Amino acid sequence: MFIPNTEADRKEMLEKIGLSKIEDLFVDVPEKFRYPDLNLPDAVSEMEALQNLSDLAIANDSTEDLICFLGAGAYNHYIPASVDAIITRGEFLTAYTPYQPEVSQGTLQAIFEYQSLVASLTGMDVSNASHYDGATAAAEACVLAFHHFRGKRTKFVLSRYVHPHYRETIKTYFQGYEKIKIIGDEKLEGFQSTEDLVKLVDNDTAIVYVQYPDFLGRIQNFKSLADHVHSMGAILAVSVNPISLGLLKPPSEFDADIVTGEGQPLGIPLSFGGPYLGLFATKNQFIRKLSGRLVGETVDGKGNKGYVLTLTAREQHIRREKATSNICTNQGLIALASTVYMSLVGKHGLKQVAKLNYDKAHYAADQISKIKGFELIDLGPFFNEFVVRSPIPTKELNALLLDYDILGGYDLSIDYPELANHMLIAVTEMNSKDDIDYLVEILEEVTND
Amino acid sequence: MTEPTIYEISSPGRTGVKFQNSDVPEFEVPKEFLREQLPMPEVSEIDVIRHFTRLSQLNYCIDTGLYPLGSCTMKYNPRINEVTARLAGFAKIHPFQPTETVQGSLALMYDLQNWLGEISGFPGVTLQPAAGAHGEYVGVMLIRAYHVDRKDFKRTKMIIPDSAHGTNPATSSMSGFDVVGVATDKEGNVDLESLRAVCDDTVAGLMLTNPNTLGLFEQNVVEVVKIVHEAGGLVYGDGANLNALLGVVRPGDLGIDIMHFNLHKTFSTPHGGGGPGSGPVGVVKHLVDFLPCPVVGIIEEGSEDFPPLYGFVEPEKSIGRIKAFFGHFGMMVRAYTYISMYGKDGLKKIAEGAVLNANYLLSLLKDTYKVPYDRICMHEFVLEGHWPDAPGIHALDIAKRLMDYNFHPPTNYFPLIVPEALMIEPTETESKQTLDLFVDAMLKIAEEAKTNPELLKDAPHNTPIGRLDEVKAAKDLVLCCWIPDKNY
Repeated sequence: MFIPNTEADRKEMLEKIGLSKIEDLFVDVPEKFRYPDLNLPDAVSEMEALQNLSDLAIANDSTEDLICFLGAGAYNHYIPASVDAIITRGEFLTAYTPYQPEVSQGTLQAIFEYQSLVASLTGMDVSNASHYDGATAAAEACVLAFHHFRGKRTKFVLSRYVHPHYRETIKTYFQGYEKIKIIGDEKLEGFQSTEDLVKLVDNDTAIVYVQYPDFLGRIQNFKSLADHVHSMGAILAVSVNPISLGLLKPPSEFDADIVTGEGQPLGIPLSFGGPYLGLFATKNQFIRKLSGRLVGETVDGKGNKGYVLTLTAREQHIRREKATSNICTNQGLIALASTVYMSLVGKHGLKQVAKLNYDKAHYAADQISKIKGFELIDLGPFFNEFVVRSPIPTKELNALLLDYDILGGYDLSIDYPELANHMLIAVTEMNSKDDIDYLVEILEEVTND
Repeated sequence: MTEPTIYEISSPGRTGVKFQNSDVPEFEVPKEFLREQLPMPEVSEIDVIRHFTRLSQLNYCIDTGLYPLGSCTMKYNPRINEVTARLAGFAKIHPFQPTETVQGSLALMYDLQNWLGEISGFPGVTLQPAAGAHGEYVGVMLIRAYHVDRKDFKRTKMIIPDSAHGTNPATSSMSGFDVVGVATDKEGNVDLESLRAVCDDTVAGLMLTNPNTLGLFEQNVVEVVKIVHEAGGLVYGDGANLNALLGVVRPGDLGIDIMHFNLHKTFSTPHGGGGPGSGPVGVVKHLVDFLPCPVVGIIEEGSEDFPPLYGFVEPEKSIGRIKAFFGHFGMMVRAYTYISMYGKDGLKKIAEGAVLNANYLLSLLKDTYKVPYDRICMHEFVLEGHWPDAPGIHALDIAKRLMDYNFHPPTNYFPLIVPEALMIEPTETESKQTLDLFVDAMLKIAEEAKTNPELLKDAPHNTPIGRLDEVKAAKDLVLCCWIPDKNY
């Protein structure tokens, strides 16, 4: 199967080593613990493995079976066939981290292009080679801010409408830092405004985190917030949905210092939540404090252009305990998938797909707002997600929708007790007008009694 | 040869994907938010396919040859994994779907938690960490949470042997612990006297890599664990080298308290040029309640006619969430596929094959290359890449020259405690024939080092590009493509 050597090979090799049996290789392992009896199933063939896995996969309802209106940080987008064609090539799939640049120019140049595309899309000066996902990228941005101020600024201000998982992750990362206070996302009456955040920012604030579009789907102009944050000498970080930036002004236009985000919408399958892609881009001034990999351009001895991992002196394998982050991978193949996606879709496609999302979401919002008992919560401009209040709890509503093969929106009451009966509905280019009209029809039907 | 960047091949008006025309009315975007410039490439589908195919051809990979990178476990990545991970029922499900619509995924995760636990001897497993270093971070946070829960606040020290992976000290200091080193003895084990000297009631834990980065099984592992436990500390096991132990010994049985797995090393998920990894963490019974949330559990027991109902549960004293959603699910599908194909009795063949291959290489190379610790090695071993009669030749030159023989170089200059280290891990998926060819190349290079050193100093000669100027890359930082005006 996956081990080529035969019994005859093994025998010959053992002789060369000067041993008589395989067990002799493990003399250093305490004898009483050697060769435990494992309570695992018996081995299966490839055909049986595929059958078993297919049985498990069929036990799930996929977005091929259901009409998906669920987003909340992971989105159902179309992935062009070319993306998989490239990332399944063994030369990319089975290569290691490009530590040996002479035999890794493919991976290195692809990362260099990824960095360029992410910088272009976000409007920032520089991007790293990616983080694990949107949540860990946000946590690493806070780590950057912590070190930028050498631990002297102790306040992190998080908007309540940064993705709940990102906020939880930041808090977990900093639980060992007794002095750090993470504020801003506490429960409140009504909706938090940008002015509410401004009030929390002072000269002890290291970083202010907002999301664009935010967790409720809203688009806000953070210019005045940015001005205040900068007047206090703090860092403004913005978590983005990259697809929205095909249509919307990038965060650089309101002077964000750090842009992070979940890169999944850029050609990455939903895959039950991962592997995804952590976008991480900054202004030039933070280059030397960026965690994670960076690829730079250089030349070889003959003057040929080439690419290498650079500024590695920041990294853990050299700095060991002095490193500010322990991250030593990027999302490699997933970053490559997004690079292929961004290249294929390009300037025109990105604009077009973003506009399709925008128009369809607005059409859906309009239609749903006309249903008796439903209310569109008007929080200003939005991109491809919006909040509706329904006459019954979201969990119940979603169970009813499921009977009609509709995957309903996200139940906001899970994270926001003040938003009982509020549902966050996502609409993408994958939803046809017929799908939306069907959703509206079923919403009417299941709540009309 | 140089491949132009995607921006350089861009041509105004081209696009690689055509989306459908809108079937809904148009809505206006407020001008305040409407983007004006979008400097992205304009290329057709064939431009993209050719560009990235040409780039791919500049890479070395497992599919083209031996990748003996020590501590990286570059084994063959079975193609069936790529098929199962792409089944629509796995690839096209949303992480927030109601749990009754994702029972297949939850059953898979539940089984994988148990299988990894069974393989390593740990009753609790979280699948959430995104990579080995992320798993390590979780492990260290668990150590903190355990002591804090016991109101034992004076434990600020993390002990790390000098043969540990570089991430270990970085992880410890990132989570606020003071790193204390311990030396390696002349057999290549943790020096017990040095360990006893630093063990007191301020020790939070020890981070132990076993087999260590010299490729040696810690002969005193039971004693090492005992010393740390007696001081009230916990022992973290770095599972990066688990391939040597599969089915042969379980770290949990040796007394290790916490360990991360690298699904991308031991369990064959592809490295993908640097990721995505996956770094589940296993723990002993008294740490189960601290695992990150959520883990997969059984909500309602099944019966003969019905399977159980699976769901997410939150451990009682959980350290919290460490990433969005539930981990790298796609990697879990691949690892599950792989483990199921080896099964109960087959996993030990992996460790046996890996250790046999490493010892075979070692036996053929040790007369030519100096071996710092001459013992039976585990899945990898370390050589010194220098000779008194070849002055000026370094491990790096040997590594670069190997490329001319169509082999990927070993890990070099690691571990730091061996001068001019060449760390070699062949894995179990290489045949004797391939290993013999590698030995031939290594012996020829040793000869060349003495007879024609320039051949090594100027290597590689047959690669798409020569040695690159890394100083220039760091000094004249260029981190983005030049974007032509036409793209704005």
